[in-house]
This record gives sequence, C-alpha cells and structure tokens, in this order.
Amino acid sequence: MTEPELGAVERTSYETEINRNRRRTLLILAGLFVLTVLVGLAVDYLVHGGLVVAVLALVIAIVMAWVAYFKSDAVALAVSRARPADGPEFRRYHNLVDGLCIAAGVPKPRLFVVDDPAPNAFATGRDPEHAAIAVTTGLLATMNRVELEGVLAHELSHIKNYDILIQTVAVVAVGAIALMSDLGLRILFWSSIFGDDDDRQNNNPAGIVVAVLAVALLVLAPLGAVGMQFALSRRREYLADAQAVAFTRYPPGLASALRKLQADGAVVRSATKATAQMWIETPLDVRPDERGARLNRMFDTHPPLEERIALLEAM
Amino acid sequence: MVVIVVIVVVVLIGLFLVVSYNGLVRSRNTVDSAASQIEVQQKRRYDLIPNLIETVKGYAAHERQTLEAVTNARSNAINAQQGGDVGQQAAAENVLSGALKSLFAVAEAYPDLKANQNFLNLQEELTSTEDRIAYSRQFFNDAVLKYNNAIQTFPRNVLAGMFNFSRRGFFDAAPETDAPPQVRF
Repeated sequence: MTEPELGAVERTSYETEINRNRRRTLLILAGLFVLTVLVGLAVDYLVHGGLVVAVLALVIAIVMAWVAYFKSDAVALAVSRARPADGPEFRRYHNLVDGLCIAAGVPKPRLFVVDDPAPNAFATGRDPEHAAIAVTTGLLATMNRVELEGVLAHELSHIKNYDILIQTVAVVAVGAIALMSDLGLRILFWSSIFGDDDDRQNNNPAGIVVAVLAVALLVLAPLGAVGMQFALSRRREYLADAQAVAFTRYPPGLASALRKLQADGAVVRSATKATAQMWIETPLDVRPDERGARLNRMFDTHPPLEERIALLEAM
Repeated sequence: MVVIVVIVVVVLIGLFLVVSYNGLVRSRNTVDSAASQIEVQQKRRYDLIPNLIETVKGYAAHERQTLEAVTNARSNAINAQQGGDVGQQAAAENVLSGALKSLFAVAEAYPDLKANQNFLNLQEELTSTEDRIAYSRQFFNDAVLKYNNAIQTFPRNVLAGMFNFSRRGFFDAAPETDAPPQVRF
C-alpha cells in the first residue's frame, strides 16, 4: 500500500484509480472493524463484565457521532463563517456546479462562499440531498474556469461518494476503540489493586501471555485506529481526484488548480485541526520541506500535492 | 432439514430476481431521463438566443448576415428537435454552435458591445449552456453503458431477455465534427 514515487507514476485511468481507491477504502474499514472487535474481545478477556464495557463504549461512540453526522453541514458552515453565494458575481460558480451535477447525476448542493484570500474549498452534508459546497473568495479570484471546474468536481465527488458518512463510520470506530481501551485499562488497573484473585489469568502461562498481549493491544489500538482514520482520509482524497476526472474528463483542469494551490501555501484563517479534513488541500500551515518523518506523515489528512498532481497527469 | 435448505435457496433466488429486475428498470429509466435532459439543455440554449440577438443588434446592426445565420440555425434546430430524428438533431445543433461562434467572433470587433454587462452575462450563460449540453450527452452515454452492461452480462441477460430489455445506442457526434475545423484569417 505504498504511495507512488514522485515522477514514477505509470499511466493509469480514472476508472482504475476509482476502483483501486474503493478497494483500499474497504480494506481500511474492514481493518477498523476487526480492530474494534479485537479490542472488545481483549477488554472482555481482561476484565469482569468487559463485554458490557465494550458494548457501552460502542453505543456512546455511535450516539455522539450520529448527532454530529446529522448536523455536519450546519456545523461546518458555521465554523468556517460561510455565507450563501447569492449574487450576480457568483454566476460562473453556480453555472459550473450546475453542469457538473448533470454529469454526476446528483441534485445541486447549496453553494456558499467563505471570505478569505487563501484559495480553498470544502464539501459537507450527510448525503447528496442535504449537501453544501463552500469556496473561498481567494479560490474564485485565483482560478480560471477549467481549474475552478476541477476543484468543484473534486468537492462534488466527496458528496456523491458519501465521504462524510464514511468518515463518520471511521470516527465511530476510533471513538469506540478509544473508550473501550480507556475504560478497560482503568478497570483492570483498579481491580488489580483491590483485586480479586482471578484464576483465569494467574494460573497458566498461556493465560498470562494472552493477558499481556491484550493489554498491549489496549494501549496501542487507539493510536493505530487514528492512523487508519487518517489513511482513510487520504485515500478518499485520491478517490475524489479520480472521480472528479470521471466527471470532467479533463485531468489538466484539476492538476493545474492543485499546482496553483501548491505555489500559494496560504493558510485559511477560520480553519482548525478539527475541520482540516474537509478542505481540498490542508488549510493549515504545512511547508513541504518540513513534512517530516514517515511517522509524522501518517497523521496528514491530505496526500502530498506533488503525488496528487503526478497521478492526475498520468491519467 | 433438506426442505428448509430448499426453501432458503428458493427465497434467495427469488430475492435476486426481484432485485435484479428492479435494477434493470431503474437503469432503463435513467437512460430515458438522460435523453430528455439533453433536450432540456438544448431548449435552454434556444431560449437564451433571442435576447443575445437583440443585444448585439443594438451595437452591431449591420452585421445582419451573421445575425440571420444564428436565427435560421436556431429555427432549424428547434424543428429538428420536434422532428425526433437524433442524427438530424445533432447536425442542427452543430450548425447552431458554429453560427454562435461566428457571432461571438464578430462581436470582438465592437468594444462597446463587449463592455455591455448584458452581453457579458449572456456570453457566460451561453458558454455554460454549451457545457451543460456536453455534460448531459456524457451522462446519457454513461447511463447507456451501464444499462447495456447490465442487460448483456450473465446472469442478468437471461432476465433481460425474458422481459424485453433491449440494447440502447450511444449519442454520437454528427459526422461533420470529424473533419478538422477550417481556420481562416
């Protein structure tokens, strides 16, 4: 599952990329599911009534995420201080989205504008019927027609592919794993201090080994889950790029837009770490030469622009 | 025990048949809807043109030949759409696109016209309408591909044969577009 090397991308097509990214998404989601189950089992193994803890953690995670999911569009728009894109100066923006919606076969999302000179865009909403796209005034000023169309096609892809739903599923898994691990380790700690003698674990060496492995799993799983969540986010960005080409049939448009974003490097004022995931390019300050070690890159929400551009140019 | 297995298998096959049939119906309806979408976008263009002609007349009245070419091409395209022959429609649409291009080229020589906000708005609307027509054709072809794949692959081709789902044709550009455009200075 390595990312392509810069400059060594073999010729591909948007269909190939779409299928590849969908497969990998399924793999990551399956991995998260398996990890959640494993952590639940570990908690159950280590602690009396651990199964109750595990199920409780899962339910809490689902409820919290569900509320956020339903309100995702309102929250995202409010946090970014977006305003509706009404007005004759936004005709081109509306027209481009109209055309793309015909190509995509989705209803037209509500369109918003964020007053910020940094060029960027995001899409939000729990499904295509309740979706919204927002662009910064900087994006409208910087991009020409085909570049703007490429960016909008990318955002529409997020909507069509139900990316908010997929991200919510990942958040549920991460939240559940974090809660289970936390509760499980605490209960284990306190019960071993005030503890009752549990024959299960104390009397056979195999049992002790399993117990140690289970504890290690509880400690490491949250970090692994978060890493998988970010890997999923990067995978969905690649998918949105490929799907955008499926709509426009014109890779140079989006590639040119990404090049302009690469050159620009400005930071969106109202973006925070929490909202970073949704923008087309990471809105926070990440200088390319300071990207850091591979371990650090694991926590990037977006793939590096050079690789996205290289892939687009190979289509 | 065997009876239960048989019942389960029959139920599963039944479910598969129902789901597949519904899927084929939806695919076919998408193709039909996409075909009418093309006509909707073409009509949008017809409706924008009279306004454009009036605006241009205000500044470039003596470009009568070009203006008339657009008006005639528009009438022919409307007739072709009502006539229903897809090949004729596509050809008429191409002629109209060509006439509009000439009109915009001619408008380049009139700086007052180019500065007119109404003209600029119409230019933007017509450009995006061309895009919409192109996208609706693209979507139609995508829908036809999906539908043809669905009715021709096994096992759904058996179902398709039983219920008369027939293959649909793609939208082809008219043969004129294969010839390279003449550039005259």
